Amino acid sequence: MSVMVFAFYLFAITAVASGLMVVMARNPVHSVLWLILAFLSSAGLFVLLGAEFVAMLLIIVYVGAVAVLFLFVVMMLDVDFAELKGEMARYMPLGLLIGVVILMQLGIAFGAWETAETAEAMRGAATPVDMQNTAALGMLIYDKYILLFQLAGLILLVAMIGAIVLTLRHRKDVKRQNVLQQMWRDPAKAMELKDVKPGQGL
Amino acid sequence: MISADFSAILPEVVLVIYAMAALIGAVYTGKDELTGTLTWATVAVFVGIAAWIGLSAPGDVMAFGGMFNDDAFARFAKVTVLLGAAAVLAMSQDYMARRGLGRFEFPILIAFAVVGMMIMVSAGDLMSLYMGLELQSLSLYVVASLRRDSVKSTEAGLKYFVLGALSSGLLLYGASLTYGFTGTTLFDGIIETIRGGHVSIGLLFGLVFMITGLAFKVSAVPFHMWTPDVYEGSPTPVTAFFATAPKVAAMALFARLLHDAFGAAVSDWSQVVGLIAVLSMFLGAIAAIGQRNIKRLMAYSSITHMGFALLGLAAGTQAGVQAMLIYMAIYVAMNVGTFAFILSMERDGQPVTDIDALNLYSKQAPIRALAMMVLLFSLAGVPPMLGFFAKWGVLMAAVNAGMVWLAVAGAVASVISAFYYLRIVYFMYFGTETDALDGRIVPAQMVLLAASALLMVVGIVNLFGIEGAAAAAAEVLVR
Repeated sequence: MSVMVFAFYLFAITAVASGLMVVMARNPVHSVLWLILAFLSSAGLFVLLGAEFVAMLLIIVYVGAVAVLFLFVVMMLDVDFAELKGEMARYMPLGLLIGVVILMQLGIAFGAWETAETAEAMRGAATPVDMQNTAALGMLIYDKYILLFQLAGLILLVAMIGAIVLTLRHRKDVKRQNVLQQMWRDPAKAMELKDVKPGQGL
Repeated sequence: MISADFSAILPEVVLVIYAMAALIGAVYTGKDELTGTLTWATVAVFVGIAAWIGLSAPGDVMAFGGMFNDDAFARFAKVTVLLGAAAVLAMSQDYMARRGLGRFEFPILIAFAVVGMMIMVSAGDLMSLYMGLELQSLSLYVVASLRRDSVKSTEAGLKYFVLGALSSGLLLYGASLTYGFTGTTLFDGIIETIRGGHVSIGLLFGLVFMITGLAFKVSAVPFHMWTPDVYEGSPTPVTAFFATAPKVAAMALFARLLHDAFGAAVSDWSQVVGLIAVLSMFLGAIAAIGQRNIKRLMAYSSITHMGFALLGLAAGTQAGVQAMLIYMAIYVAMNVGTFAFILSMERDGQPVTDIDALNLYSKQAPIRALAMMVLLFSLAGVPPMLGFFAKWGVLMAAVNAGMVWLAVAGAVASVISAFYYLRIVYFMYFGTETDALDGRIVPAQMVLLAASALLMVVGIVNLFGIEGAAAAAAEVLVR
C-alpha cells in the first residue's frame, strides 16, 4: 500500500466517520467540532486530488469562518434539542418511509447509471494541463463564467439588503453619539463660570 | 467578444445599475422619505426598459457562451414581466405608505427580483437558470415578510423561504443528475445528447426532479401548499406582485427548460406536465369554493390558472407554447385589475379581505363594481370576455396535440371554478345589506382597474399584436 492510498483511506474514513458524528453527537457544540474535522479531512482529500487551491479555501473559508460562526450561533442560541427531537419522533415513521422510497428509487437510477457517450467531450471545464489550479479557476470564474459570478454577487447583495430590512430597527428613544457634533463643540461655550457670592447662592 | 455579450444583456445591466444607484442614493440621503419618488422612478425605469426591449431589433443572440439567450421568446416574457411589475408597483404605492410599510428597499428589492426574472427567461444553461431563480426568489422571500411586526407576514415569509429552499434543492438535484448524464449544463448540449441517443433513466430522474422544483415555483399541485398561506400573510401589494410577474417568469422558464433542453424528449415529459396541469385545475377550482378571504381565493385562482397555462405546455407543440404565452399575458392583465380592486377594499381605513364585505357593492360604486364584474367573468372564462379566448387557446392546443382528455378535464374544471367567481358577482349585485366599504380609491388603482377591465372587452376585437409576438416567441423556442 503506497502512501497515497493509505492517506486516501485515512482521510476518507475520517470524513465519513466525523460526518456521522456530526448528526449523532448529543451536544451541538461537539457537532460543530466534528464538522470541522470533516472539513479538514475533505481538504486532505482535495490535496490528494491535486486541487490544492480548493483545499486551502476549504480550510480558510469553511473552518476559519463558517464553522467558527456556527459555533458562535450554536452557543448563543439556546435551542432545546431534546424538545426538537421529541417533536421529530412523531413524524419519524412517515419520514423514514418516504426516505426509504426515495432511496430505493435512487438505487434504481444509479444502478442503471450510464453517461452519454458525448459526455466526456462536452465537459464545460476540462482539467487544464499547462496551467496552475489557481490560474485555471481564475480563467473560469472571471472569464468564462463572469455572468454567473456577477449574478452570485447580486444574490449576496439582495441577501444583505434582506437581512437589514427584516432586522434593523431605528429606536427613537436611544441617545446616539454624534461624532461631528462632539468634534465641532466649542470648548469656550461648554462651560460657564459663575461668580457665586458667599451666603447668597445663585 | 465580451462587449458583444454585454450588449446582449444591456437592459439587465441598466436595471441593476439603476437599482444599486437608487439603493446607495436612498441610504445616504432621505431613506424612507424617498420611497414615493423611488417607487415612481422604478415604475418609469420598468416601463422604459420594457419599451426598449419591445422595440429592439428582432433577432436571436446568444451571449456568454450560450448561457444567456436574447431571443423573441425571452423578449416577450421580459416585456410581460416588466409591465406587470410596473403596474403592481404603481398601484401599491399608496397602500404601502398608509400602512407604514413605505420602506425604500421595497421598490429596490422588486427591481432585483425583476432582474432575476429577466435572467430566468433568458437562461440557456442550468447554472444561469438557477442563478436567476435564486435572485428572484431571495428578493421575494424578503418582501413577503416586509410587515415584520405581523405574525402572519413573517410566517408567510418563513414558509415561503423554507419551501422555496426545498424546491431549489430538488431543482439542483435534478440539474446535477442531468449534468452527470450529459456532461454539460448548456441547454444546447443537453438537447444534442438526447437527440444523439436514447434517454437514460438517470436523465429522466433529473428531468422529473427539475419539473418538481419548477412546479413549486409556479405553485402547481401537488406542490402548491405554500400558496394560500403566503398570499394571505403577505402585504396585499406583495401578493399582487406574486400573482403576476414571478408567475410569468417561472412559466417561461418552465417552457424554456422543457423545450430548449428537453425538446427532443417531449413524450417523456408531456404526460407528467399534463397530470400536474389537471390536478392544479381541479384542486384550485374545488378548494377555492370554501374560501371567504379574497386573497386566499385569488391564491387558489392562480393555482387553477397555472394549471391552464401548463395545459398549453403539456401539448408540447409550438401552438401550445404560443397559447401558454398569450394565456400568461392575459392572466397578468386580469390580475393587475383584480388586485387594484382588492387594494382599494378598506373599511375605516383598515384593509378588508373578506368577500362578504362586497355585499351590494354595486349600489355604492357602480362603475367599479362593473369593472370588477368584467374582470371576474374574464377570470372565470365566461365567453364574451378575453379570459375565455385565453382558455380556448390552450384547450385547442391540447386537442390538436391529441390530448382530448386533458382538454375535457380543463373545460370541466373551468365550469367548477366559475362558481366562486360568480358568487362574488352575486354578492356585489344581489347580496344582503352589510357595513359598506370606505369607497376610497387612488387614481393609479382606478386607472389600472379600468384599463384592465376595458382590455378584457376590447381584447376580443384586437389583441394589439400579442398573437404575432407570441407566435414568433413560440417559433424560436420549439424548433
